[in-house]
Amino acid sequence: MSSEDQQIREIRVHPIENGTVIDHINAGQALNVLKILNIPTSSSRVVSVLINAPSIHGRKDVVKIEGRELNVEEVDKIALIAPNATINIIRNFEVSEKDIVHIHSQIEGVVRCINPNCISNSNEPVTSKFAVSSNGRRTILRCSYCERIISDDIGEHLL
Amino acid sequence: MTFKDLHIISMKSFSRDMIDHVLNTAEMLEPIARDKTKSDILKGKVLGVMFFEPSTRTRMSFETAMMRLGGDVLSLGSVDASSIAKGETLADTIRVVDGYTNAIVLRHNKEGAAQLASEFSSVPILNAGDGAGHHPTQTFLDLYTIRRESHLDGLKIALAGDLKYGRTVHSLCYALSLYGAEITLISPKELRLPAEIIEDLKSRNIKVTETESIEDAIEDIDVLYATRVQKERFPDPAEYRKVANSLLITPELLEKAKPELKVMHPLPRTNEIDPRVDNTKHACYFKQSFYGVPIRMALLALVMGALE
Repeated sequence: MSSEDQQIREIRVHPIENGTVIDHINAGQALNVLKILNIPTSSSRVVSVLINAPSIHGRKDVVKIEGRELNVEEVDKIALIAPNATINIIRNFEVSEKDIVHIHSQIEGVVRCINPNCISNSNEPVTSKFAVSSNGRRTILRCSYCERIISDDIGEHLL
Repeated sequence: MTFKDLHIISMKSFSRDMIDHVLNTAEMLEPIARDKTKSDILKGKVLGVMFFEPSTRTRMSFETAMMRLGGDVLSLGSVDASSIAKGETLADTIRVVDGYTNAIVLRHNKEGAAQLASEFSSVPILNAGDGAGHHPTQTFLDLYTIRRESHLDGLKIALAGDLKYGRTVHSLCYALSLYGAEITLISPKELRLPAEIIEDLKSRNIKVTETESIEDAIEDIDVLYATRVQKERFPDPAEYRKVANSLLITPELLEKAKPELKVMHPLPRTNEIDPRVDNTKHACYFKQSFYGVPIRMALLALVMGALE
């Protein structure tokens, strides 16, 4: 790597001291990851976002959140739109824990049902609920109320 | 198998054994539905009837079913005259009405309403139609009609009309797949059964054939199930007339059918069945609407724990 390349690389993704690095996010989904994590509303810490970074599998997005360690619940919500993401917990510049995301069989309060006539889209005191399944590479959400399916564009329907 | 306190939301939560149990119970209760014998197994019980959308058959047959078993009926009445008009949520209304009743029949204009109601109710919810979603008691009565007037095992059935939007057809297809029926789908291209339902049927080893004309199927079937084709689905009135004519059931058409063929329709009908068919031995739709009473008696008695 030339010194210029290295400089650019460091500007892009300088190491963080403490926090979380979410790597291998599907290219183009980084902003949806931030939405799921309720950033920046939930945090005033520095967050770095890398979109369409080269990787061995083509392109990927990376999100670095300084001073915040994500919990399991937050991480697993990301799995809906970035099923191959890895979560690296950084402590004192070192990767302290590394994990993959897990797709749960049921999710609540993450995605809005696409059916405008679904009862979960009215003023009832319920959060949206979906049964999650996988059909090869695609994640399929089935609304627990009206049974409408969302699959290709889950990121477009985040609450 | 226990039905006590069970919510009746969608056919998909019923196995074939459970469906058979409901049908057997309905058959046992049918003489009471015909007022040939009396029963008061639901005496002292109150059924809450909440219809947010119009209905004749479903509402009246539920009310009759409850009364024939000695129970009482408490109706929400007009939505405009209730607290719903003041903006009360369905969840709150259910939590109020469940305190007055032993079970609630609900028809609502939104999909998933019955599921939501079941999450807030302390008494069983019976889904009497939720928007374009489910209408399980219609499917139960359709199966009961087929069993009483024809046969469920080895059945060859054709479903004709609006197969795309018709909720009764979707639930019925699923239930028929549990009995291994051979299904012919008759509809114009615009109103074909959704591809995922056809795939689902085929994955259950159900033989499915698609056609646009009743004539193609009429000779070989045991039951012809017609559904209403709604004019508003067609932007062009000429196209609607063409489709309506191609799906019209007439005595002349039925001459080609097996003598024991039964014609069913969930009603109300518009132009799908020539009134002259009413006087033939094939007509089964008014019997079908009567069979809603023993089926709903069975479901009410089972979920309220009066029968096992």
